[in-house]
Parts: sequence; structure tokens; C-alpha cells
Amino acid sequence: MQDSLKSSSYQQLEQKSKYTNIFLRWFLYFILILFASYFIFPLYVMVVTSLKTMEEIRQGTLLSWPSGLNLESWAVAWGGRGYGAGDTFLRPYFWNSIKMVVPAVFFSTFIGAMTGYVLTKWRFKGDQWVFLFLLFGCFIPFQAILLPMARTLGVLGISNSVIGLVLVHTVYGIPFTTLFFRNYYISVPTELVKAARIDGAGFFKIFFKILLPISAPIIVVTVIWQFTQIWNDFLFGSTFSFGEAAPIQVALNNMVLSSTSVKEYNVDMASAIIAGIPTLIVYVLAGKYFIRGLTSGAVKG
Amino acid sequence: MFKWLEKNLPKIVMAPAVGLIGWFVYGFVLWTLYISFTNSKILPKYELWGFGQYEKLWASRKWLIAVDNLLIFTALFLIFCVVIGIILAIFLDQKIRAEGLLRTIYLYPMALSFIVTGTAWKWILNPTLGIQKMFRDWGFENFTFDWLVDREMAIYTIVIAGVWQSAGFVMALFLAGLRSVEDEIVKAAKIDGASLFTVYWKILLPMMRPVFFTSFVILVHISIKSYDLIVALTQGGPGISTTMPALYMTQTAFHKSQVGLSAASAMMMFMAVAAVIIPYLYSELRRENAR
Repeated sequence: MQDSLKSSSYQQLEQKSKYTNIFLRWFLYFILILFASYFIFPLYVMVVTSLKTMEEIRQGTLLSWPSGLNLESWAVAWGGRGYGAGDTFLRPYFWNSIKMVVPAVFFSTFIGAMTGYVLTKWRFKGDQWVFLFLLFGCFIPFQAILLPMARTLGVLGISNSVIGLVLVHTVYGIPFTTLFFRNYYISVPTELVKAARIDGAGFFKIFFKILLPISAPIIVVTVIWQFTQIWNDFLFGSTFSFGEAAPIQVALNNMVLSSTSVKEYNVDMASAIIAGIPTLIVYVLAGKYFIRGLTSGAVKG
Repeated sequence: MFKWLEKNLPKIVMAPAVGLIGWFVYGFVLWTLYISFTNSKILPKYELWGFGQYEKLWASRKWLIAVDNLLIFTALFLIFCVVIGIILAIFLDQKIRAEGLLRTIYLYPMALSFIVTGTAWKWILNPTLGIQKMFRDWGFENFTFDWLVDREMAIYTIVIAGVWQSAGFVMALFLAGLRSVEDEIVKAAKIDGASLFTVYWKILLPMMRPVFFTSFVILVHISIKSYDLIVALTQGGPGISTTMPALYMTQTAFHKSQVGLSAASAMMMFMAVAAVIIPYLYSELRRENAR
């Protein structure tokens, strides 16, 4: 399935009655905009709430406009209030997430590219089964591997560390990255590879000279997919790390759940936006590739 | 030696992926399966204990609530996601102005984590300052919307947030499906006098059977695994009323230290997913081979 989004022409229906058509048209836009507001509503509420003071929150409603550009809760969410103990803020955890995401995305993408290359251009007997073997990894409920993984990280001495999370995310990303590259390389004509082999090019030369130069789109799709998945992960982060090594989603959840002081919804909302901004930016800038990953990663995995 | 290396280079390059998945996926699942047949508490014990943990699991009230919630959630989540997804896809397929913008809006929740959106929904749904207060301030003094703190209704708040997060995804799948249909089929139907409604209901939607199938598999998969959203929104509460299997598993393992019991619950989840996924993979593979 492609996300070829060319418009179809069902609209050129015979003009039964002009007025019915105009009415239908308005109805169509009304429904579409209604749903758009349902989808935009939480984001809107998050942004305006983060810009209000607690006093304004108690007096106004969810939708009311903030009195000004009050960025204090953002500053508190990011850098804390500076009174030491018990002052939790997102900055260190944001960097934890960066340190976790960058290597995990790199390794899983690299391994996926290599495996996809072998599975399509160096085919062997039973390669279909190897692919299926890897593909099934996309689907397993992670609860079924949580207990042994916790023990393994303990034995390796990397539980509750960013390195441990890099390992976990690399491993469980491989089925997806392999799937992406395999499905992309399978449409590259094998004749190209055969010709290069006759000319004496080796395994790596063929990869770097022929396949890699045309791989940009699928690399972008894979990197975006992996980045989004790993950045947004909560299950692994909350199971295998706590305290200072936690990634941002875990820290956000802890911040929101902490009931030590008066609930500051504006700070909560600012924190949630900070934790969501990186993936949101990627989505807005490269939505096309994000959707491609979503549909191909989903349709096949 | 060098010759052997050269000949087997592709397999050597593939080895890390196969080895890692073999160990960390298949090996670990087998380990969990084994442990589910033992009487492990905090630390794993290795002498077999039979089906005791499974009997304990299905006698546990909390687990039964979790399964019940999963069924309710899955049914509603499926229905609403698919209906909203199809409506949006069909409507967007009518040469809409600003289609790109609307699509971006419908799909952006997929880019956010359930923790982020759960935080937002928790704020919106809380009775003291959220939607309930908004309506009361608008003059509807008796307006009540306190599902989040109502034992009976809290599970439906999870449905609301879950549908919000995933409906756009179903829309994207169906839109891509609709656009891959040849224009000629639709044109021919119109020449025969079929109305727009008939074209969709009788011709296009039946052609979307694979998309229905795919959406079904993915949504069920998402709902069996759903964990983050519940943690962010209700932590399984009020009481234990919104517990789901994934939450049950982690709580039993890491808070109650009942390793054997939690392994049994993990295996139940594994079997549920496998029951949906294996037929799916089988049919996908067959379709690919037929091509």
C-alpha cells in the first residue's frame, strides 16, 4: 500500500441539484472542521494552560485565553525553581533521552539496513523464513520479555543506565528497521547487483556504491520512525530506569504524579509540551516520511 | 579461510540481527514461559510447579477485571477508530481545500507519546478544573462529567483518549487505500447511474477489505499492549477499576514481586497477540508470494 495521495475524481458527479450540492459541501466542511477541533482541542488546552498563572486557571475555563505570554511555568518545567531537594525539572532527563535516542537510532538503522540488504540482494535458501523470524519481533507484547530483560541488564551491570536503554531499544528496533529496508531494497532491480558482481565488486562495495546512494528516502523514514518510537517509549524507560537515568517520558510522568505540593497544572502542561516537542517538530517538518513509516510499518508490521 | 569468509560474508553480516532477535525475543519468551510454570516469587525458581500460576491468575479478581476492561476497551476502541477513520478518509477524498492541513491535524496525536497526551487528557477530564467546570461556568450549573473519578465510567475516558490518539491513523490507512483504486472503476459505476453513496457503500468499501483487516489487527494489537495511557490517565484507578493486562503484569512483577504469576499473565497476553498476528502474517506472506 502506498500513500499516493493523488486526489480521485468522485466529485465530478452529475449536477443533480445545485442547491443540494452546495448544502452537502457545507455539511462536509462542517464535519471535517468539527473533527479537526476535536483533534486540536487537547493541544490548544495544553498550550493556553501552560501560559496561565494558577490564579487564572482557577478563575477562567479550559478554553479561556491567557492574559499574557507568561513563560514562567515553562522555565520551571525546564529548569526548576532552584531550591535543591525535591525540585524536579526536565532538563537533565531531556538530555538522557537525547543520549539514549541518538545511538539507539543509529545502531538499529545500520543493522536493519545491512540485514535488509542481505535478505534481498544475497538471497539464500530459507531467507523468507529468516525474514518471518525477524518480523515476528515487531509484534511480541514486550511484557513477555520484561522479566528476563531486567535480569539480563542486571547481570551485564547496565540496569538503570542510559547504556542499558540503548541496548534495549536497539534490539527491539531491529525487526522494524529490517522490515523497512527489506521492503525498500526488494524493489531495487537485482540486475544492478548482478552486473556489479560480474564486474568483481564485493559485498560492501555493492552496498556502498549502488544501494546506499539511493537509500536516502528509506533512511529518513526509518530514522524518523525509530526516533519517534524510542523518544516516546515509556514501558522500557519506566521498567529499566529510575531516578537520574530516567528518560524524559518517565520524568514527565513522575512530575505529573508527584503529590508533594499543590498541583500546578500550568507547569504540568508546559512539561508535557516540552516532552512532546521534539517528535512534534519532526512530524510537522517531515510528516510525509512519518506517514510512510506508519503505513508501511503498520501494514506489514 | 579467506574464501570461506568471502562466501559466507552475507550470512555473517546478517548474524547480529538473527542472533539478537533469537536471544532477546525468542529466548526471552521461552524463559518467561518456563518461569510461568514455576512457583517464583521475588527471585526465579527453576523447579516446575505445573499450571498453578495460571490457576491463580484466573482466580484473581484483579486479573478478571483487567480482562473485562480489555474486552470493553478493545471493542469500543475498534468501532470508534474505524468509523471515525473511514468517515474522515471518505470526506477528505472529496477534493477538499486544505486537505494537507486537515490530514496533519488528524494525525499529529500519533507523533506524541501516550504520557504526553494522557497528561493533557487527565487535565481536561478532571472534574474540578476541566470540562465539567467549563460547562458549569457557561451556565449549565448541573452539568456533570466526572467519569475520570467514577469507578464505573473511568474505563471510557481511556477509550476517549485512545480513540483520539489512533483514529487519524486509520484515516491514513483508508485514504491511501481509497486513492489506490483505479478511477475507471468509479467512473464506470457513475455512468451506470450509481450515486456517490452507492459508489462508496457498494463498491469502494467492499474493496477495502484488506485495509479493514490491517486496521483490525493493528488496533487490537495496540489495545492489548496499552499500558502508558492507563498509567498516565488513571494508574488503573479509581481503585483497580481500570486495570488492564499490561498494567497487571508490571504491577505483579515489580510491585508485588510475584514473578511467576506475572510471567503467566505475560504469556496470556502473548497468546492473545499471537492469535491475531499469526493468521495475519500468514495471509500477508501468501499475498506477497502470489504477486
